Amino acid sequence: MPHNTVAVVGAAETTRLGVIPELSQLGLHADAALNAMAECGLKPKDIDGIATAGETPVQLAHYLGITPTWVDGTSVGGCSFMIHVRHAAAAIQAGLAKTILITHGESGKSRVGNPMRSIHPQSLNGQFEQPFGPMGPPSMFTIPVLRYMKTYGVTVEQIAQVAVVQREWAAMNPRATFRTPITTEDVLNSRMIAYPFRLLMCCLVTDGGGALILTSVERAKDFPTKPVYILGTGESAETPMVSQMEDFTSSRAFRVAGPTAFKEAGITHKDVDHLMIYDAFAHLPVYGLEDLGFLPKGEAAGFIAARNTAPGGSLPMNTNGGGLSYMHSGMYGMYALQESVRQMRGVAPAQIPGAKISVCHGVGGMFAASGTIIFSNQAP
Amino acid sequence: MATPGRALPQPTPETQHFWDGTKVNELLLQRCDECSKVYFPPRPFCPVCASRNVSVTKASGKAKLYSYVIHHRPAPGFTPPYAIAVVELDEGPRMMTNIVECPQTPEALVLDMPVEVVFEPQTDTITLPVFRPAKG
Repeated sequence: MPHNTVAVVGAAETTRLGVIPELSQLGLHADAALNAMAECGLKPKDIDGIATAGETPVQLAHYLGITPTWVDGTSVGGCSFMIHVRHAAAAIQAGLAKTILITHGESGKSRVGNPMRSIHPQSLNGQFEQPFGPMGPPSMFTIPVLRYMKTYGVTVEQIAQVAVVQREWAAMNPRATFRTPITTEDVLNSRMIAYPFRLLMCCLVTDGGGALILTSVERAKDFPTKPVYILGTGESAETPMVSQMEDFTSSRAFRVAGPTAFKEAGITHKDVDHLMIYDAFAHLPVYGLEDLGFLPKGEAAGFIAARNTAPGGSLPMNTNGGGLSYMHSGMYGMYALQESVRQMRGVAPAQIPGAKISVCHGVGGMFAASGTIIFSNQAP
Repeated sequence: MATPGRALPQPTPETQHFWDGTKVNELLLQRCDECSKVYFPPRPFCPVCASRNVSVTKASGKAKLYSYVIHHRPAPGFTPPYAIAVVELDEGPRMMTNIVECPQTPEALVLDMPVEVVFEPQTDTITLPVFRPAKG
């Protein structure tokens, strides 16, 4: 896909984040969508493409009053929205739609209109993983980490630094759920969830939503918002079963999606001013930094512990506080995208001065899928 | 030992042989007759070369502890803390399992330690393969 021909012209989160029992999951999608449409002056009749996950695009089209010529229901977990951005950019270039809305909403905490999903006992996961006692992401996403730690001599103290540093970013963000600074000791003394993971190394569980509106770079000039250009995109998938990852120290889906996006964008790692790496758990930024090629294998935890991704560091990462401190409704990818857009618009609570390129990397499932989007605020 | 409340598999036509195997204390893998790849979980074709010419092969049951977490929260059919482990079979494939006959502690659960399969009947039709520290 030729790069830099599509822009984000609308981006908004739900009016509130955190605990929102007065809205159903569908209502959270709609609240975010209405905020994004209002921001750029669009009505439902102006939208001709719809992509979403969690709910179906049919549900959202009908609920919002949209008549689409293009729909995408890619639902591969929390990075679905990165993949929607990629597909939407390609669709706009191909002329399948002109103005595409991507929505996310999730009643992760209040669980209104969001039934608990169950794993069918005839599925491969149901037959070959569930009988051995995993109870959702905290006990599955974390399984590869002891192998990573042994392979590279990384300590849990180093991985705990991810949570400490991200809380520093969250402290600057009035919308972050947790803003009180924490120490390494706080992390290592928090309740054990799934050894070696303690509570503060695991994401929040909150309610919220977000929406994005994309159009062509030419049409973006007519919008009231500052356009954020899409330089490069990538996606991939590996396995629905964490036990079947090819390499427990690295995500194949990351290693495909990331470099695909960098190649398309035509940039190198030195060009990156701002980075978001989906952090459902503290090890994900470690895997992400390495699999995206920012650092050699085994060096990312030390890089983070040395404050390179902290406020004032050379590679500011997860500047909203991340899934560990900002919010995490279940499919966090939309919030990472929103923070990249804010940084490129120059309006983030913890704004990186002069940032021109933002890389936003997402994971879906337990290392099951991945999507990477590279944004810029520089007109093509 | 059967553990009430535990999630149990429901075999499909493509996996029935595996669960028939565990019932008679055999850990069955599949091998591609064309490219020799040994693979898991079961499917009636080779995930490397797409050949449908595959055979069921009995695994040695020997493995090493590859990675794990020790779960500290309640779960149906389990008494926390308990380890959710992945073992690497001598034949190559990895599988999720539990480690039995062993304290569920980081000190006792040492990565790369040799383990061997044991079979735990759960119902008349389902027996789960779990692993214990290798004897001798």
